[in-house]
Amino acid sequence: GTSVVVYMVPQYSSIHIAAVVVSMFSTIICGFLFLLVVKRLPEHVQVDDPAVVKRLAKKLERQQIPLRSDYGYKVSLFSHLHQYSRKAPLTQLLSIPSTVIHPSIVRLGLQYSQGIVAGSNARSVALLHAFKQVIRDYTTPPNEELSRDLVNKLKPYISFLNQCRPLSASMGNAIKYIKKEISNIPSQCKEEEAKTKLLTCIDRYIEEKIVLAAKAISKYAIEKISDGDVILVYGYSSLVNNILCEAFEKSRKFRVIVVDSRPRLEGREALRRLVQRGISCTYVLISALSYILPEVSKVFLGAHALLANGYVMSRVGTSQIALVARTYNVPVLVCCETYKFCERVQTDSFVSNELDDPDDLMVTRKGKTQLENWQDVSSLGLLNLVYDVTPPDFVDLVITDLGMIPCTSVPVVLRVKNLDQ
Amino acid sequence: MDKDELVEYFRTQVRQDPEVPSAVAAIRTLLEFLKRDQTGETILGLRENLTQTIRRLEEADSSVAVSSGGELFLRFISLTSLEHPDLSQCKKVMVERGELFLKKISLSRSKVAKLCHTFIKDGAKILTHSSSRVVLKVLESAAADKKRFTVYVTESQPDSAGRQMADKLQNLNIPVTVVLDAAVGYIMEKVDLVIVGAEGVVESGGIINKIGTYQLAVCSKAHNKPFYVVAESFKFVRLYPLNQQDVPERFKYKADTLKAVEDLAEEHPMIDYTPPSLITLLFTDLGVLTPSAVSDELIKLYL
Repeated sequence: GTSVVVYMVPQYSSIHIAAVVVSMFSTIICGFLFLLVVKRLPEHVQVDDPAVVKRLAKKLERQQIPLRSDYGYKVSLFSHLHQYSRKAPLTQLLSIPSTVIHPSIVRLGLQYSQGIVAGSNARSVALLHAFKQVIRDYTTPPNEELSRDLVNKLKPYISFLNQCRPLSASMGNAIKYIKKEISNIPSQCKEEEAKTKLLTCIDRYIEEKIVLAAKAISKYAIEKISDGDVILVYGYSSLVNNILCEAFEKSRKFRVIVVDSRPRLEGREALRRLVQRGISCTYVLISALSYILPEVSKVFLGAHALLANGYVMSRVGTSQIALVARTYNVPVLVCCETYKFCERVQTDSFVSNELDDPDDLMVTRKGKTQLENWQDVSSLGLLNLVYDVTPPDFVDLVITDLGMIPCTSVPVVLRVKNLDQ
Repeated sequence: MDKDELVEYFRTQVRQDPEVPSAVAAIRTLLEFLKRDQTGETILGLRENLTQTIRRLEEADSSVAVSSGGELFLRFISLTSLEHPDLSQCKKVMVERGELFLKKISLSRSKVAKLCHTFIKDGAKILTHSSSRVVLKVLESAAADKKRFTVYVTESQPDSAGRQMADKLQNLNIPVTVVLDAAVGYIMEKVDLVIVGAEGVVESGGIINKIGTYQLAVCSKAHNKPFYVVAESFKFVRLYPLNQQDVPERFKYKADTLKAVEDLAEEHPMIDYTPPSLITLLFTDLGVLTPSAVSDELIKLYL
């Protein structure tokens, strides 16, 4: 636009120069605004782009956090994601004592990367408790404001945790909430008062969004469980387990079919807890799904996150269960708290996912370990996916703490929540 | 106002004006109760009394519309700030809002008819189910707009309500044919569109309507014919059935059957549930909605 203006002008008068300058500024400002509005892709899904990797390495060096390196041959469709090995935790590369990272965060990072703390709710609660410890041990440096300095202190911790294991959507929302609360602390507030305020905020967040939400969801879900039901669950979801135990306590007569899958075999934990309560259970592997489904009357699934276009992100295998259940006309109910709703949009399981340690797929039977030397075979890649997305047409009902909504109403809830805040 | 007076008042309303939707009659009864009520000492007491009244009206007429209309009325009148220290002041405000609500919903049927009749093209063949006053109003406005169309009505057993609809349409000089409930699949290839009313619109965007509607919807989906639902907004109800079994028993049967019969498994249900995947569009006084937008409107109405 600017060049056209210059060429059309035969003589340079002051008005014309002013017009040129104004149009140049407007294009610069438009470009700047465009960059502000358009969100950049997160770095952890651009691992095959060397420029992004270099930028990330520089950022981590500045924050004094070691960079974790990828392990093993990656399947080409997923080469844009990280693949770490559990045998090389990030903490081995840290100096002891670490001057930058708080010890409870180091412990938390190790718990995440070794899989000791797993599950969306468990990870969020552990994160919030670790942050509480950080806030308790924090002292404002002289000539600094708590509201700004504490947020800056949290940034390297978050990068560290991200390196140990990519953050979940629920953790992301929790971190956003904490950062907002910290920056809203008035500057004249004394340090002790500010710290107590933040600690109560975090406690209230856990109480409202996780504990009470679970109670509300159980109340709605129990209405949908009738006597004589055969309920199918997949893997281990703390929320679904809670619902089933509450329903059993309210004397509903039902039996449960637990579907499990390798390599995590989380269903065994769910099975143990349900059987302990006295609920009659059946245990199958996911390969027997179409065999068992004609007996099932309802399917209850947990979710890792609910995306803005109504897709459900959950443990890998969930979309398979929803698909087969739809074919058999069995209603599929997803239970999810509202703090797991995220504004991201995804239509496939490739663009943003997590690759777990490929060595988990090795199995030892009768003294022989299959795939022991998989690294030596150059054309062999092992893929251990963690999440997948289920389209909203396969889900009949989503039970949240706000009530029962269809899958397509997730953006409405996000809009209502944003209005509240 | 005691229980029998209430039910009598409600029945008189319905008798005097057969055109009035049962939900409007129920709301008029509730308003009358509110005006006459002397026993409520607190706002909470008033709400308790009103909720109990709604229960009693549901016992008299077990349709979904009475239940949803009553709940919405309760929401609407308590949505204002009831900060006055004097209870009679609060009651006056509530009564005013009640009158406002009643006026708004009395106009809803004409609003729906105005939106829908443009979807009926000249020379169209329409299939409808049982007797619905909203559908009648829509067809009336289309006829008044000088459109020529023919209507097929299903007989709709067990009460042959379809025949009454056919009589009313004949009085409007609209060519109408009554078909058997079993002939829906046969007639589907001849029709251009299907319009039905609804007794209740549920949260998922599906509808609860006279038994036979679900069959009609499945047939029209198989033949790729548009399936339109016309319903006023006071029929939106906070239910979420997953399948036919999941609809509460108190809606499935007439109020007299519920009281008289012990084993409901022997009775035939009067309504069924049509899931949102089979519905093309819903015409309401809030606008023309897709089934997934119903949840949006419900959240706005109830939250």
